Amino acid sequence: MIALGAHAEFIIAAYVGVFAGLAALIGWTVFAARQTKRRLEELGDGQRANSSAQ
Amino acid sequence: MTIDTTPKMTWWNRLSHPGQFVALTRPLVLPLALLTGVLFAVGLWYGLFSSPPEKYMGDTVRIMYVHVPTAWLSQFVYATMAVSALGTLVWRHPMADVSMKAAAPLGAAFTAMALFTGSLWGRPTWGTFWEWDGRMTSTLVLLFIYLGIVALWRAFDDQLRAARVVAVFTLVGAVNIPIIKFSVDWWSTLHQPASVFRADGPTMPGEILTPLFVMFFAFTFLFITLQLAAMHTEVRRRRITTLERRAARGDAR
Repeated sequence: MIALGAHAEFIIAAYVGVFAGLAALIGWTVFAARQTKRRLEELGDGQRANSSAQ
Repeated sequence: MTIDTTPKMTWWNRLSHPGQFVALTRPLVLPLALLTGVLFAVGLWYGLFSSPPEKYMGDTVRIMYVHVPTAWLSQFVYATMAVSALGTLVWRHPMADVSMKAAAPLGAAFTAMALFTGSLWGRPTWGTFWEWDGRMTSTLVLLFIYLGIVALWRAFDDQLRAARVVAVFTLVGAVNIPIIKFSVDWWSTLHQPASVFRADGPTMPGEILTPLFVMFFAFTFLFITLQLAAMHTEVRRRRITTLERRAARGDAR
């Protein structure tokens, strides 16, 4: 790892904060997608849950 | 001889059908996700290991590689929502309000990240985490607009009615985007004026521009990927509502 100079804590906090936020955003998107697929399957619309959903 | 009177399905027609839209765009999600992953890997390698410290700011310039792309997306996502709002109000495109609804939480998240990284960059550079200057204040206002839009979507059971109200609110809020962009020119501010997209070319050296552009594309492709996935989820969510209502009507009979 490179030396980040006198303000390393600010640089590390910025990257950790952003990538934690991105992980949460991706996780939430995947969770919501799976939840709606599961619900469509429960409603007997499983084929559409996996392809077109109209 | 028979004459085919069936209307031709143009790409615009196909995109206006939620099921067709999902079928057309679903195969794009995985390649976009892979491309985004590669861009982030390259951008992080350049940004943290390969690019040199800047002459005046030293290593804190590395915060720029996550701050500028998130700040760009905070405005780009809103522009996407404003175009979608026009799609809802003017063309009544069925996917326009789906796009508006999917983009709002993503825009809020990118704006929060831009404010967070900006304050962390401001402390070592300007000596303060926060300053009520034009750009920071208008970006904070943008975050509140996003949160208001997310709340507005949740306030309505009828999503078609919600779409029209949100579309009007989104277009009114769009006035904030040029304010953010030109605030550094209009008012006295700690922020520097544009240093990349200028008539006389960028003022930054190539070794700083390269990681900045790679991260810029990484974040932009991430938004496109998440936006498509969130739109697919919203289409399914509406299908669920339809099926649940149909089931409830069936039970009531």
